[in-house]
Amino acid sequence: MAEICAHIMDVAANSITAEAKKVDIFITQDKNQVMLTVKVIDDGKGMTREMSEKVQDPFFSTKTGRKVGLGIPLLKGTAEHCGGDFYLKSKIGEGTEIFASFALNHPDLPPLGNLRDTILVMIISNPGVNFSFSYTINGKEFTLDTEEIKAQLGDVPINHPEVIKFLGQYLDENL
Amino acid sequence: MKLEDLKKIREKAEKDVELRQKQARIRIVVGMGTSGIAAGAREVIRAFVDEIAKRNLSDVVVTQTGEKGLASQEPMIEVYEEGKPVVVYGNMDAEKTKRVVAEHIVNGSPVSEYVIEVR
Ligand SMILES: Nc1ncnc2c1ncn2[C@@H]1O[C@H](COP(=O)(O)OP(=O)(O)OP(=O)(O)O)[C@@H](O)[C@H]1O
Ligand SMILES: [Mg+2]
Repeated sequence: MAEICAHIMDVAANSITAEAKKVDIFITQDKNQVMLTVKVIDDGKGMTREMSEKVQDPFFSTKTGRKVGLGIPLLKGTAEHCGGDFYLKSKIGEGTEIFASFALNHPDLPPLGNLRDTILVMIISNPGVNFSFSYTINGKEFTLDTEEIKAQLGDVPINHPEVIKFLGQYLDENL
Repeated sequence: MKLEDLKKIREKAEKDVELRQKQARIRIVVGMGTSGIAAGAREVIRAFVDEIAKRNLSDVVVTQTGEKGLASQEPMIEVYEEGKPVVVYGNMDAEKTKRVVAEHIVNGSPVSEYVIEVR
């Protein structure tokens, strides 16, 4: 993957396929500028212990018509190659948590990428899912929770053109 | 700009029928498996989202699915419209997406050059 954001999007897409209603995404760069950490937590259908182990192997997938799942092995590979760690915790019926860290000074570390588009695209193309984003970098923090947005909107759908315009501008100004 | 400003959109919606939730006329589904994302599915959705906002297409929705195959034709999208066959486009990018919005979504004629399947 060319961007860390693409990995995040990919893992969040797994959460959505697993019927998650809430996906929490944390991106943190520590104060000492050593590590970048990404955590994605969902309330989807979860996996058994056995499956949690299998999916870290690139030759496993539950998708129809294809045996090979790439998303998780790719993220794990990038984290481990770039001086970081990876873990996956999951419980059937409760959800899944995925953690990946990366050494910021590693020469092969992909750029974080376009976080603004990543957030906007995830929110708008999954109107029935709630996302919370927490992005902390150089002591600056940005948070966005779609439950708060929906509370303000009442009956107006979050993927309405007027709301799209608003969110695009809001991300440009605050991210 | 604050989240409270969204209330204005809501208030406007209470007066303006155009703003209220419409039945979606067209649903666009973008494949967001690993291969779709790696091939640029985000840029495709971003282009749809921008066009929907710019043209005020309140009866068009774009959603994502993880269940997509055919890695060689990604990014792939499907266009669902009531009473019409599903049109599948392959090898999409932001520019092609803008053309699909203008010619197919708005004017009703699919862009045959990019169509890979009709079913
Ligand atoms: N958050 C999750 N909740 C439940 N199951 C998950 C989750 N993430 C992954 N899985 C399971 O792990 C499998 C492997 O995931 P992975 O992302 O590696 O490949 P994939 O999604 O099947 O295919 P792709 O290559 O398009 O990503 C999935 O098919 C799914 O069964
Ligand atoms: Mg996946």
